[in-house]
Formats: sequence, C-alpha cells, structure tokens
Amino acid sequence: MKIHKYDTVIVGAGGAGMRAAIESTKRSRTAVLTKLYPTRSHTGAAQGGMAAALANVEEDNWEWHTFDTIKGGDYLVDQDAAEILAKEAIDSVLDLEKMGLPFNRTPDGTIDQRRFGGHSRNHGEAPVRRSCYASDRTGHMILQTLYQNCVKEGVEFFNEFYVLDLLLQDVDGVKKSAGVVAYELATGEIHVFQAKAIIFASGGTGKFFKVTSNAHTLTGDGQAAAYRRGLPLEDMEFFQFHPTGIWRMGILLTEGARGEGGILRNKDGERFMEKYAPVMKDLASRDVVSRSIYTEIREGRGCGPEGDHVYLDLTHLPPEQLDAKLPDITEFARTYLGIEPYTDPIPIQPTAHYAMGGIPTNVEGEVLRDNDTVVPGLYAAGEVACVSVHGANRLGTNSLLDINVFGRRAGIAAAEYSADHDFVELPENPAQQVIDQVERLRDSNGTERVTEIRKELQECMDANVMVFRTEQTIKTAVEKIGELRERYLNVSVQDKGKRFNTDLLEAIELGNLLDLAEVMAVSALARKESRGGHYREDYPNRDDVNFMRHTMAYREVGADGSESIRLDYKPVVQTRYQPMERKY
Amino acid sequence: MSSPTLEKHSAALDAAENTASQMITATFRIRRFNPEVSEEASWQDFQLEIDPKERVLDALHKIKWDQDGTLTFRRSCAHGICGSDAMRINGKNRLACKTLIKDINPQKPITVEAIKGLTVLKDLVVDMEPFFQAYRDVMPFLITNGNEPTRERRQTAEDRERFDDTTKCILCAACTSSCPVFWNDGQYFGPAAIVNAHRFIFDSRDEGGEQRLEILNDKDGVWRCRTTFNCTDACPRGIEVTKAIQEVKRALITRRF
Repeated sequence: MKIHKYDTVIVGAGGAGMRAAIESTKRSRTAVLTKLYPTRSHTGAAQGGMAAALANVEEDNWEWHTFDTIKGGDYLVDQDAAEILAKEAIDSVLDLEKMGLPFNRTPDGTIDQRRFGGHSRNHGEAPVRRSCYASDRTGHMILQTLYQNCVKEGVEFFNEFYVLDLLLQDVDGVKKSAGVVAYELATGEIHVFQAKAIIFASGGTGKFFKVTSNAHTLTGDGQAAAYRRGLPLEDMEFFQFHPTGIWRMGILLTEGARGEGGILRNKDGERFMEKYAPVMKDLASRDVVSRSIYTEIREGRGCGPEGDHVYLDLTHLPPEQLDAKLPDITEFARTYLGIEPYTDPIPIQPTAHYAMGGIPTNVEGEVLRDNDTVVPGLYAAGEVACVSVHGANRLGTNSLLDINVFGRRAGIAAAEYSADHDFVELPENPAQQVIDQVERLRDSNGTERVTEIRKELQECMDANVMVFRTEQTIKTAVEKIGELRERYLNVSVQDKGKRFNTDLLEAIELGNLLDLAEVMAVSALARKESRGGHYREDYPNRDDVNFMRHTMAYREVGADGSESIRLDYKPVVQTRYQPMERKY
Repeated sequence: MSSPTLEKHSAALDAAENTASQMITATFRIRRFNPEVSEEASWQDFQLEIDPKERVLDALHKIKWDQDGTLTFRRSCAHGICGSDAMRINGKNRLACKTLIKDINPQKPITVEAIKGLTVLKDLVVDMEPFFQAYRDVMPFLITNGNEPTRERRQTAEDRERFDDTTKCILCAACTSSCPVFWNDGQYFGPAAIVNAHRFIFDSRDEGGEQRLEILNDKDGVWRCRTTFNCTDACPRGIEVTKAIQEVKRALITRRF
C-alpha cells in the first residue's frame, strides 16, 4: 500500500473533472485519479452542443434559458442553480473558445448556434438557436480541448487508478473528508490519497440498463462510494431516456439531427410528434418524445417486423448538410446498420442516457450530508452530482454546460478550501475496507458469475423501470435486485492475477450498479406521481402538493448488519417561476 | 405527410431490420501474453456462436464473459469515439468496436493481437505512455499572444474548415502503431502527434506554429515519414493522416501555414 498527499484530489477525468483540474492546479497541488485515460471519458461521446444564450444568430437571453431549463426539468429544478447555469453559460462557452475549442462558425466568424429540444424563445413561443456546437462531435471537442489545456497547465494524472472508497473522519463531531482509496489497475496495488479537498467527477451510472448510450465503464463508482459511507443520493428515480438511440444497440444519434430538421416517423410515415407536441414537435423535451415513441409502438404503429422501433428520417435534408453538420451519426448508421441515411430512414428507439440524480451538492459544488449540512472538503460536479439543475428531466446541451459551469466552480472552491485548511488525519488502516473487498472477490470460489447477474440486472431494469413504470413493475424490480444482491455475495472471478485484472474490475463495478439500481427503484416506488423522466402509469399526473420535493436516499445499516434504504425529502428551491402545466 | 422512402424499403433497410437469427460459428485466434504466467506470448483459439452483424468487441466480450475471464483488453464507449480499443485484427489496425465480424471474413480464423511498436503489458493492452508523451511534446494546445478578446475570437468558416479533418483525432494510436518507421524507431513522434500539431499549426487563431514546426523539424520529427500511407488506411476516423503530415512538411519548407 502506498500513501500519497495532495492538497486537492479529483476523481474522474471527463469534462467536469478536467474543467475542475484546470482551475484547481493553478491554485493548489492537485492529483487527478481516473479509471480511464482522460480522453476515453464519455464526455467525448456527446454530440449536439452546449447551450448558451450568446444570441449570435437570433435574439436570445439567459432568462429564457433559465425558464426552459426549469420547465424542461418539470419544476423539480432548484431555480437558483438553474439561473447560475444559464447566466454562466455564456462565459463558459467563451472560455472554451479561448482555450481553443473549434466551434462551427457563422458567416460573421462568431460561434454558430443551432436548435435543440426544449430550448425556446420567449418562454415557449418557438424553437431558438441556442446550442453552440462543433459539428456533431461537440463533446469530443470539449474533452480534447480540456485535456489539451490540462497538458498546458501540467495537470498531474494518475491514469487507470480506480477509486473504490471515500474516507470520512469525525473531527469534533463534524464529518469531514480525509481522502480516497484507489486500486491501480496495472499492478493491483492499493493507494491511499490523503487530501484536504476532494472532488468527485466520476460520471454516470447508465450501465444498469441494457439498451443505453452509456459506455461500459459508466457504473456509478462515485455515487456508490459516497452512498456506502452514509451520504445521501438525491433524485435517483429520475433517469433520462434519449429518444434516438440506434435500435437495439442504444448508440446515441444526436438530437441535433432533429435540430437540423430531422423528423420522427412511424410505420405509416406519419410525423407523429405533431400530435403530442403541436408547437415544438420533434424538438419537444426528451421525456416527452421518448414517451411518444413508446406510445406509437404500443399502439401498433412501430416499424420493422416486430414493430418495436420508429424511424429518424433525414432523407429530405441535403447530403451536404448531413456531411457538414452530422457526419459522425450518419457514419454510425452506415457502420452499424449498413444503411445510407441520405436515402434510408434510421431505425431508432429510446436509449438510457443520463442520470438526473446523484450526490447532492449546493451551487458551490459542496457535497451535502443531509438537506443542508455540507461535508467540509468534499465536492462533486457533473453527472455524478445533483445540484439540481436538471430536476426531473435534463434538456439536451445542458449537460456539456453543467460540467463546464459546475466543474469550474467546484475546482475553484475546492482549491480555495485546501489553501485555507489542514489535512484531516486518516483513519486507522485507511485501506482496510478496499483490501477486504478486493481480496474477497479475488479469492472467492463462489458459483455465481458477474456476466449472468449483470445481464439479469440490465434486463430487469429495461423491463421494469424504463420509460413507463407502475407500482407492479417497480416492485418486481426491487424484488429482483434484492435477489441479485444476495447472489452477488457468492460471485467469483476467473482472473486471480494482479496485473490489469479487468475481470475483477467488472465484478467491483457490478456491485456498484446493484446498489444504485436498488436506490433508483426504491426511490421510484415511493414517488407516486409522474414528473419528467419518471412516468407512473398508475399516477399519470404531476402532484405538486405531495411531490414537489427532492428524494434523498440514505443507506441504513441495522445493529444486525442488515442494510436498508431510508428515504427522506428536501424542498425544491423556487425563486421566480411558479409551476405550470408543461406543454410543448 | 408521408415520406417516399417509407413506401418502398431499400434492401439495406430490410436487412438492417431483419430480426431472424443468423448465428455463425467463428474462430478467434488471439495473441495472449501475461508475464504473471509466462514470459512467452502465444496464440490461443476461441470458438463461438455469434451474429456476424456484431462487432469484434462483442466477440471479445463473449469470450471474456463466457469462456475466459482472464482475456484482457481496453474498451469503453463501444462505438468508435473513445479510442480505447485499437488492435490488430487480421493484420490491420482497427477499432474492435467499429469492425463488424461480417466484414472480416469469419469463414477463416480471425486473428486479434495488440497494436505494434508499444510494449505489450497483458494480452491486448499496451503501454500508451510513450504515445501520449509524443503527443504532449508537440504542445497540443492553443498558443496566443497579446490580450484576450472579451468575446470569442473571430474565425471564418473557411479558416475553421482548414484544420477540420485533424480535429477528429481520438488518440487511439491506430495510425502511429501501423507506421513501419515507428516500429523500427520508437523515438519517432509518429503520425498521431503530427496530426495534433497540424490541428494547431493550421488553426488561424494559433500563434505557436513556429515553435511546433521547430519541434517537428527535429531528427525524430516529420522528415522520418516515408509516406507509406499505413496511417491513413488505419485511421478509424477517416483522417487523411499522410496528407496532414505532408502539409506540415511543406509548411516547414515554405514557412507558410
């Protein structure tokens, strides 16, 4: 075991982690621990753009953007945070441009902007061009630009270091962060990083679904580490299903395709979104479009031999426009489906995409251990966190924005904290829990296999807690997850070695997915209403009287060692926007 | 309103939507190496049932998950954007997640081995550090002098287009590890580093071109390139790598870029 000491430690090197690292490295001695090489992070898979009311191509302002974000989140958004997001969006985009990001340009040479779902002019009048973009690889360009600037700033990375535990210490009755414990993939060695400030920026948890746009590596590692140490997880029942994943594969096809004029059609060729969202049509918010697609499929208007998908039709757009604005996604259709998007419509279905919930933070990125108490020295930003700017449903282009605005804020706040504070003493045997976990898995002769449990989990989640949910389906999921968690205790791996043991890594990741799936299902069961991405067929309406509140899920351990989930609730911050019925 | 394309399906769309199982038996011949077990590398055959429309990455996962958990490779996004899974498949550098089994003749054993020119650490995992060091050495970030504007820097659409191709790079190392010069001399910067220098040298906003050109004028720089076009063939992003290297060479001679 090795012990390292840094002022600031950042866990994760996607957009939020690297944006934080650029700020924190200038101000404090910083280490970035990352499971993947930084440029492998899933920020790079984001396509369509980053929202900011630059008003480069038409009238726009951040107040309209704030409103759209709050309405998009079905009023579960904390409005103070949404206002910061929309206001700081403008400088965030300009900062990236100054760092070198190659945005597409207008004829005037300014940053070009395009339409995206749920973004409107003057509070819902019509779609507005707010998404700043670099072709259909905006996330790739953000990830590259941030990594380039990390190279420039000399950011210190520990690549392929997998953080498995968060160390918290009671100091005079106050729970403070003391460090993290990481497993070095190349050697199997355990490392303890003592730090004054820690930022979790480890990304999402979509891999508990089967059809997902998420990378294999998005397994909720940060959420699970915090949760196991007694910190709450907020709004985990809210998961976004992106309307246009490649049928069966789940690979993302950007909403920018519809922003450029693409149309969704059912088997009769009908532009069905006109029925569900007369104003915004194909550019309604993602939860609305995904539900509409499944409604078409359920009512027998789906495409293909099994009627289980619909089409994204780009065939009326000029090939030059597709080549210039959507080259990657058209290539995905050619590579993975063997079809030509110039002339063929693309078979699509909704795909599990984004966790609105996560580790609760305030607007400075400080992690909360209950409704209002911060954990001194602990921060979170990006998809792992819940600020909450996305509420019950995130708008497209607001996540690339989120990682930049709140990654930057967390980086500055953490570095300032570490400048003013001393190290918290490490607990005795700080790595013991991780050593036990790793050895138990590596040495186990259990009969259960990771692949089988993971497959059953993913199938259960797709079947029961996806776009449509009922009490019955969620209960089925809770029961099944409980059974899988029992079986997981008896899991073993084939690779017993220390060097690049990805077999072991997958077993650890599965443990995280199981914990978080259970939190999600239990949170969803208790929310007896429909709001944003959480749609209950047995409670089809939003219920502001009883459920205009954030869910806070805590892990409880009984005297006999038994685990359970305790749910609590936190009020939503409302400033100037009163909840209204949501129509697109 | 109905779309003409929906009334009559193309054969390609019908094939894409065909859900009938078309499983075949394929053999994957994989180069194994684990110094914890043996200092010698060796080939190992795995047979599996698989739909030829699936990716080589899917096959590797099936082998790892159902047959041999010790098989080790890097992967993340699984659709060609993260750059983790460059490997040598049937003797050619490709991303496992962008290569469909039907496209590489599954009637014969499909060989899979680590990319060349970088030290193999275990099975298909190589040491990426020298590759990233070469990248860092070309100063891959925007260099500007003078005061920053308050708004964005202006750039015409044409100026933006000038370096568009090289912004697509995902740093997967497929190009660099396909280069015979790099195989023989690991000191050579390699195509990927030059591509990333190109991305800034030809960016109208950048003022560090001279510095980067000096670095690439080095004995291990662009002049080592023998224009074999392996890199261009290998690039999973379709970047015209050799052309970019030639443009950097030309810029070195003319000092115009």
